Amino acid sequence: MKKLINAPESAVDEELAGMVAAHGDLIRVIEPNVVVRVDAPRQGKVGVISGGGSGHEPMHGGYVGMGMLDAACPGAVFTSPVPDQMLAATTAVNGGAGVLHIVKNYTGDIMNFELAAEMARAEGIEVSSVVIADDVAVKDSLYTAGRRGVGGTVLAEKIVGAAAEAGADLATVTALCQKVQDNVRSMGMALTSCTVPAAGKPTFELGEDEMEIGIGIHGEPGRTRMKLATADEITEMLAMPILDDLPFRQGDSVLAFVNGMGGTPLMELYIVFNKLSQILKGRGVSIGRSFVGNWITSLEMAGCSITLLRLDDELTRFWDAPVKTPALRWGI
Amino acid sequence: MSGATSISYDDVVAWINTFAATIRAQKDYLTALDSAIGDADHGINMDRGMQAAIAKLPGLPARDVGAAFKSVGMTLVSTVGGASGPLYGTFFLQFGTATAGRESIGVDDVNRALDAAIAGIQRLGKAEAGDKTMLDALLPARDALHAAAESGASLEEALARMAEAAEQGMLATTPLVARKGRASYLGERSAGHQDPGATSSYLLLKAAADTWSGSASGEAPG
Repeated sequence: MKKLINAPESAVDEELAGMVAAHGDLIRVIEPNVVVRVDAPRQGKVGVISGGGSGHEPMHGGYVGMGMLDAACPGAVFTSPVPDQMLAATTAVNGGAGVLHIVKNYTGDIMNFELAAEMARAEGIEVSSVVIADDVAVKDSLYTAGRRGVGGTVLAEKIVGAAAEAGADLATVTALCQKVQDNVRSMGMALTSCTVPAAGKPTFELGEDEMEIGIGIHGEPGRTRMKLATADEITEMLAMPILDDLPFRQGDSVLAFVNGMGGTPLMELYIVFNKLSQILKGRGVSIGRSFVGNWITSLEMAGCSITLLRLDDELTRFWDAPVKTPALRWGI
Repeated sequence: MSGATSISYDDVVAWINTFAATIRAQKDYLTALDSAIGDADHGINMDRGMQAAIAKLPGLPARDVGAAFKSVGMTLVSTVGGASGPLYGTFFLQFGTATAGRESIGVDDVNRALDAAIAGIQRLGKAEAGDKTMLDALLPARDALHAAAESGASLEEALARMAEAAEQGMLATTPLVARKGRASYLGERSAGHQDPGATSSYLLLKAAADTWSGSASGEAPG
């Protein structure tokens, strides 16, 4: 294993300390490992929190700040955080207007957030939860844990965070988050595996000429392994299942999000975006907004994911609203 | 404690310590199993939780079996994360509730506690037999322990049959297609791999049988 770390055990703690050192004007870290917006709690504002395993940076800690999350709970690498963290986050950001939990659909995340929500309610804090499950690579059936929460989570955090910043109440913010979930679909692929620091070796092996289609964001193997194809072919393999799933229709306007898994050059992401724009044009779908970069990653994995969100005026307005976080800033 | 009919507070602490030591010894093995069909962290997370759990045991105020189990459960919920934290936390919390205030327990208590623990895990995880989860080791183990107790087997014999059934259940997860947890994303590709959760559950019950019959063993499972 070749990593820029001091020790696997201290990697997350040192990362958080570094974030505070770099972005102390925006965030602080409270026990037990919760990234909190520096001016939280804001009286009368709905608190918006999320959390999940570390290793997906900048998600979620990089999205804490004005116009996005009020707190984020980073777990160990690829491991959902513990209820104590979500309870501390909920308490820290509660300004009396309630707190929304944005939860990615993984068995562990669901259980730990549920336990925390119960504890917070017992302390008299109003809590609502929305589960993001946008990965079309997973069949949503009785025979799976349901679709994974992937790229759509970043979009939900931005849009919902803007609405909360604008003063929307808990019911409105919750409904908006559900609206994002209902209109967003994603799928990803990997060119290489990734190594969890504490494990020391790659989660899976991929041959030089192989790729994994339908990969999750934890290095969990995907749907199928196949021979490496061109960027155009790969973009088709990801875009078609997404377009057919919602389905996206002629005349729709979308936010087109091409995401890198951590180890992919932007050059390649733009090559994918180029093909994606052609596919969308062919389907009569217009690109209302675009978003390209490494925004929800899987450590050093090479690969990409595509996320499409069907836009309307409300979603577009909140996407465009000002945001100031360590990772995302515009309109300020 | 061969031939004994009851399990003392010290025996309970010894079980927890043995399980922690087993998890440490099998950490890489569990993580390797999890790499095949999950996200490569089961051994790491369970080890972090069990080390935290055993560190708290010497500081507990009274020799209360239930309190020891509850302490382990609370610590696992607070330190493990993932699905394993709430699930193993529930196992020990339910064990603690079933044995609250007791200085020692017998095979009937273990039976009742295991029933409660499994019910708690099923409420939380909503899994059933054959879903390729920890329940595939725990359910046959519970049935074997019940049957052994009813047939009047000695404590040692009953625990041995429980561990044997857990091992068979664990091995039987290999051909199954996962329907719960991260392994379910793989669909048919999850077949051919032994379930990491069923494996750690077998190790847990094997540690009980070994500790409580005085024959500790560090043998690799599977």
